[in-house]
Amino acid sequence: MSMQQDLAPTTGDEVIQNYTINFGPQHPAAHGVLRLVMELDGEIVERLDPHIGLLHRGTEKLIEYKTYLQALPYFDRLDYASPMAMEHSYVLAVEKLLDLEVPLRAQYLRVLFAELTRIKNHTLNIAHHIIDVGAMTPPLWLYEIREDIMAFYERASGARMHAAWFRPGGVHQDVPLKLLTDIAEWLDDRMPRLFEDAMSLVVDNRIFKQRNVDIAIVSKEDAIKWGFSGPMIRGAGIPWDIRKSQPYDVYDRMEFDIPVGTRGDCYDRFMVRVEEVRQSVRIIKQCLQQMPEGPVCSDDRKVAPPKRAEMKQSMEALIHHFKLYTEGFKVPAGSVYVATESPKGEFGVYLVADGSNKPYRCKIRPTAFSHLQAMDFMTRGHMLADTTAILGALDIVFGECDR
Amino acid sequence: MSHSAPHIHTPDGTIEVISRALGKHMFSIEEANDEVAVHIHRDALVDCMVQLRDECEYQQLMEIAGVDWPDRDPRFEIVYCLLSITKNHRIRVHLTTNEDRPVPSVTGIWPVAGWLEREVFDMYGVLFSGNADLRRILTDYGFSGHPQRKDFPLSGYVELRYSEEEKRVKYEPVQLAQDFRNFDFLSPWEGADYVLPGDEKAGEGAAKGTSPPPTPKTTDSATQTGAGKAANKEAVKRSVRKPKATGDKA
Repeated sequence: MSMQQDLAPTTGDEVIQNYTINFGPQHPAAHGVLRLVMELDGEIVERLDPHIGLLHRGTEKLIEYKTYLQALPYFDRLDYASPMAMEHSYVLAVEKLLDLEVPLRAQYLRVLFAELTRIKNHTLNIAHHIIDVGAMTPPLWLYEIREDIMAFYERASGARMHAAWFRPGGVHQDVPLKLLTDIAEWLDDRMPRLFEDAMSLVVDNRIFKQRNVDIAIVSKEDAIKWGFSGPMIRGAGIPWDIRKSQPYDVYDRMEFDIPVGTRGDCYDRFMVRVEEVRQSVRIIKQCLQQMPEGPVCSDDRKVAPPKRAEMKQSMEALIHHFKLYTEGFKVPAGSVYVATESPKGEFGVYLVADGSNKPYRCKIRPTAFSHLQAMDFMTRGHMLADTTAILGALDIVFGECDR
Repeated sequence: MSHSAPHIHTPDGTIEVISRALGKHMFSIEEANDEVAVHIHRDALVDCMVQLRDECEYQQLMEIAGVDWPDRDPRFEIVYCLLSITKNHRIRVHLTTNEDRPVPSVTGIWPVAGWLEREVFDMYGVLFSGNADLRRILTDYGFSGHPQRKDFPLSGYVELRYSEEEKRVKYEPVQLAQDFRNFDFLSPWEGADYVLPGDEKAGEGAAKGTSPPPTPKTTDSATQTGAGKAANKEAVKRSVRKPKATGDKA
């Protein structure tokens, strides 16, 4: 944080001037490369102008030059705190254009890993929110949970973060035999112990409440006007969750509750995320109980590649494999907007296909765009120190915001 | 419904309700891929959006997407994605424009449109009249050009590095060690609109009528294969001559 020292009022001065400071782009509480230009009156924030785009990598442009399958790994790199949730919107958009049916086991696996991703994302966000307002111990425990989930990611996909595991038609590979039982054991014992221990230190903590309760109150009307979604709109008291209202994959078979806030402040948004972690655990347990045996990817050989063993015997399988990994598959012309409930909110993909093997246009709707834009009105009149709490409760990741 | 994308049920009569609300401002309304898309005229945008928000209960603006169609006139398509959280339904509103004709801003209806319009302006150069803060948003400070246009190269025009000599960040023209390899997978048998390499003269001869159409070579009888007594004699001659030649040398 740089401050224009010569403008800062000294003791005894009668005239106090507003001054402008830069928060970031290199600041530990800026959650990445955010530059906030803040106009301060003493310690009160008068105006706040977020400058974004410092992590803009032209993902949407690159996708136009890649086949549908090659475009998939870019989605992992958007919100690197919840990679599989990003893939989810994209594969569903492609499947919707192809009108492709996905085997049931693949749908269960996707929901299971989408919910693991939600826990992964929320533990990171909760941890950072807590660090931003000054506590240290709970984040260390929450990072244990995150680390475990990355290990599960690795066992399923081979990568700790950039999984590229969801594919149009299903998932890339079936999970190893023992993984599902290990996840079940972890959910029964280690995960709740770590999580509830960490939460017991924070949730009723007097200092934590002083920093969050009644900070940045958002009304229902504002939440709608500013295009809020996910925990932000639920924190404002609107029970809106795409998993419930427009269910995809097997979410319509799951039983879970949608937590909502009562006051719409930072504490509510925090508590909504805490409760969502518990609901995700419920969903994962149901997935594990109900998951059927069977194929994990579509058997439409014009879209999904054949098994390696099949290629040793069948000429046709070999040709399909070659064609799919060079030319890729063609998607019929049309356009769809598919939005899923990512851990941060509504993550949408507006996909325009022109009938070739590459997307004509792939517009990504980031969750952070509307939330960060609203930070100006949320922060006005609050203290400088509150901006970190507000930013922590927004849950912004710049890979996704800047694309 | 066989795909497993988010299930959106369009209630009966939705299309009629929207058509009535928008009236003559609307060009067309269609339902494709389970999604309702409305095409409206650019100048009537604000009226239409107010109608859609207040009469048809589409409370939230989720996204504004631009699409570039260089072959069309007007060139740019702007897509507004609306969500109704009371009716649990989504629609898209499409309009077209080019770089000279500004689109009315909807920031007065939804403040969230501010950044969304800034992004479309940044990426396509489409202007929004009434947006008080139409700055670039995602690209660099001082960037020129509109990167999402189809005629903007993937690599861009400038790259930057930190210059140790000058102690500052320098902008230089892009120099890539290897060109970006963009493969064309369109099958030449399915209407590629270019001449195949090595096939340039095929069209000329046919047009003049000088070269006869090629007669396909067939081998219906044994004589047409090229094998037989004559071929055997020839083969014997060659095989005899060769050892002789080597023998002389030895």
